[in-house]
Amino acid sequence: MTSLTPPATRLTPPATSLTLVRRIAARPSIVFDALTTPEGISCWWGPDDGPVLIAEANARVGGHFRVRFRQLDGSEHESSGQYLEVRKPERLVMTWRWLGGEEDPGESRVEVDLRPIPEGTELTFTHSALSSEEARLSHEQGWSGALDKLIRQFQKLTGDRLS
Amino acid sequence: MVNYQARLDRTFAALVDPTRRAILARLERAGSATVSELASPFAIKLPAIMKHLDVLDEAGLIARSKAGRTVTVRLSPEPMREAMAWLRRYERFWSASLDRLAAYAKSREAAARAKEAAVKAAKGRSSNRD
Repeated sequence: MTSLTPPATRLTPPATSLTLVRRIAARPSIVFDALTTPEGISCWWGPDDGPVLIAEANARVGGHFRVRFRQLDGSEHESSGQYLEVRKPERLVMTWRWLGGEEDPGESRVEVDLRPIPEGTELTFTHSALSSEEARLSHEQGWSGALDKLIRQFQKLTGDRLS
Repeated sequence: MVNYQARLDRTFAALVDPTRRAILARLERAGSATVSELASPFAIKLPAIMKHLDVLDEAGLIARSKAGRTVTVRLSPEPMREAMAWLRRYERFWSASLDRLAAYAKSREAAARAKEAAVKAAKGRSSNRD
């Protein structure tokens, strides 16, 4: 019987992604500004009520953002990236990288789509790890979702080798 | 890098077969299972199941251990683990951030409406005077 030997080197994560949807009681242009202006970003960025320390955002194609925040546990984190697509008030695409990057060393990609709905805006948010520009998978969490995505990813990567 | 690619290919090749995915899904629910337990839902013979298990084992997705005559299989999802850790990290970060974004945008919307109402009221007053 064989057993698993843990890999000697740290593997980069297989391409995968996270999608979240929020219905927001504000019109798309207001949500878009909250996403793309330093004043807006300072008010919500981060996983808890710790402060945003630096918020820079030049929301035009090719422009950059940089945001540094402190969590309530005192730890500070900084991420930056470049805007790839800026279509006010409906779509925003940017690259993403953590400063330091111990936990997630690679570049990833953030996509935000805003759709007007009667009560305001439906925001669809996707953060994708990239193994390459094409090598992206879609949302869901959990094992079976991740498995299905790995399959699709594999099929995309190998193309007709499988068929 | 070549090793990584080869390993990834093995993982994907292992995952592409529906029987092997069903085995993994079962192990995910149950934690571990014996080979005969794994074989029971499938209309295929034990040797075929063993072949599938070999493929999953080579891909590093399962580990097998033997106690007497019983082989126990458990999930060993190292190739998946990093992806799941990645997902959980960003899920925490973005879920909280987007909730805060929603609350912030809602307050901006309220402010914008109050301002619009004030402008409209002012216009109304000025047109009344005309």
